[in-house]
Amino acid sequence: MAQQLQQGLFLALAGVAVVAALGVIFNRNAVHSALSLLANFVALAMLYVLLNAQFIAIVQVAVYAGAIVVLFLFVVMLLGAGGEMQMGGWLNWRTAFIVAAALVLLTLTGTAVFEGTINGAIGTATPEQIAQVGQTEAVGTALFTDYLLPFELASVLLLVGMLGAVVLGQRWRGAIAGRPSGEAE
Amino acid sequence: MDWISLLLVPAIKSLVVVVALLTGFAYLSYVERKLVARFQVRYGPNRAGPFGILQPISDALKMVFKEEIVPLNVDHVVYLLSPALTVMPALVIWAVIPVSGASFTLFGQTITPYVSDVNVGLLYILAIASLATYGIVLAGWSSNNKYSLLGALRTSSQMLSYELPMGITLVSVLLIAGSLSLVDIVQAQRGVWFALLQPIGFIIYFICGLAEAGRSPFDLPETENELVSGFATEYGGIKFALFFMGEYIHMITISALATTFFLGGWYGPFVNQIPVLGLVYFLIKVAFMIFLIVWIRASLPRIRYDKLMHFCWKFLLPLSLLNLVVTAVVLVLVG
Amino acid sequence: MPIDYLPILVFFVIAGLFGIVALVVPAQLGPRRPSSNKLKTYESGKVPYGDARGKIPVHYYKVSMLFILFDLEVVFFYPWAVLFRKLKLFGLIEMGVFIAILLVGYVYVWKKGALEWE
Repeated sequence: MAQQLQQGLFLALAGVAVVAALGVIFNRNAVHSALSLLANFVALAMLYVLLNAQFIAIVQVAVYAGAIVVLFLFVVMLLGAGGEMQMGGWLNWRTAFIVAAALVLLTLTGTAVFEGTINGAIGTATPEQIAQVGQTEAVGTALFTDYLLPFELASVLLLVGMLGAVVLGQRWRGAIAGRPSGEAE
Repeated sequence: MDWISLLLVPAIKSLVVVVALLTGFAYLSYVERKLVARFQVRYGPNRAGPFGILQPISDALKMVFKEEIVPLNVDHVVYLLSPALTVMPALVIWAVIPVSGASFTLFGQTITPYVSDVNVGLLYILAIASLATYGIVLAGWSSNNKYSLLGALRTSSQMLSYELPMGITLVSVLLIAGSLSLVDIVQAQRGVWFALLQPIGFIIYFICGLAEAGRSPFDLPETENELVSGFATEYGGIKFALFFMGEYIHMITISALATTFFLGGWYGPFVNQIPVLGLVYFLIKVAFMIFLIVWIRASLPRIRYDKLMHFCWKFLLPLSLLNLVVTAVVLVLVG
Repeated sequence: MPIDYLPILVFFVIAGLFGIVALVVPAQLGPRRPSSNKLKTYESGKVPYGDARGKIPVHYYKVSMLFILFDLEVVFFYPWAVLFRKLKLFGLIEMGVFIAILLVGYVYVWKKGALEWE
């Protein structure tokens, strides 16, 4: 029973994820695209739960769905493009280029997957072991012992991100003169 | 594992929690109006039924039968979706909150005092809380109204900012409890409440909770005097009621979480002998926190927006980090 | 185990159903008498002008950007806090280094005035 349920849920969630992903691409309104992206992230998080990766699922929701999509929405609004970001007709050089690039990407991914060239190293932990100590503990143990250097380097990465946010923010402020509908100073 | 324990029991429990929260919301609005009226030496609602006790019901009926107005320039789908997106996160947080310590048996099924006790409970709460921003941003954007958009931007920035000190403070709680499961966190407070071990953390959590729920003195989402009604300006009838409901359920949730993380959850005298007392203690503690929130609303004026942001980023954030570091150092020293 | 999370999914469904019912049912119960003035954007009684979705101040972008960065930092705290009993002093030192690096960024952000709200 549980097995069938799990499979049914997987199919349903995978369907939602694919439809939402298509929605991101085909919506003409940038805010609607962002909303589809949100739906996609949430479906993805639930798929992670099915894979017994609860910690990753939570982080997926908290960071991607809860923070990054908000940033996207703000950026869309910052550009003032929310309502009227319309694309031109369908058949033009841009579309042709995108389709070609997508085909190349698809071919490359397909080759890589079926030739088995992008299989990473397989760890020693089994789902049962992870379930015993808890997923968060398992991630933590790996992160704070074996992968300590990448963890500390992550803080450097975040530091660079902060510097970037400040520098870009300062430049934007110079670029947008006279705030059309923003708040008064 | 049959379908009864797998689907039916959780479904009934969820339904009970949702209905309890809706009733709680309705009577909270009444209690708040009464309390604030008393603070201001007024009577408050006193016409519908004895002491105005039927006021929430008459309000609900009024909201339900209001005309459905969808302004012309709005983005239809998003406009209609936003109120639901505001209420849902506030509701689903309750899936992991334990309301009592003891399970009981009914029709041969063991009924646990929570919908699910997952081993990432605390993180689940933070993740769902971070989704609460969307209803408001999208309401503001879809309304195509200047007041709504400004209100929504301010509110969402406020909610994002105050999530940080709140998250960091809860890490300090986690350091002491050593588990992400809410049941374990409450059980770790069998002897001493975390409010006593983490007094600064408790205060930071409470302040952030007020800001997250948009309660006074952080009720910038409303700012009636400058932004009409903020992000909810273009909403009426039941859709407005849903935003209102979101705010009040948020307030109940914040109080319940304060109880769980800092006030010992269901623990109290004689709770081991008489298990049903657990639920009573939990509700009393939640009611106390709610009273505190209403009291603050009746006492403090609204804070200015720039000060609100400065207070969070320049004071609460470093303070919560300091609190975390001190907690960790003390734990290492104590061993 | 994924099965532990089924009740949460059930709760999601119940909450979602509540949202749908609350939006659909009252919409059928109330009267419907739209008029052009009623459906206008509300701007305190003035005739609305222009589109509301103009450009917004860059502040909001900066706040959400900084929020993401600090939020990621907080995400690292959680597995660390769960394991703290085992890591002990070693854990304190490694997190100390992590926080110290980020404090540099925090001080920079503060000094550059990105936390100011004009």
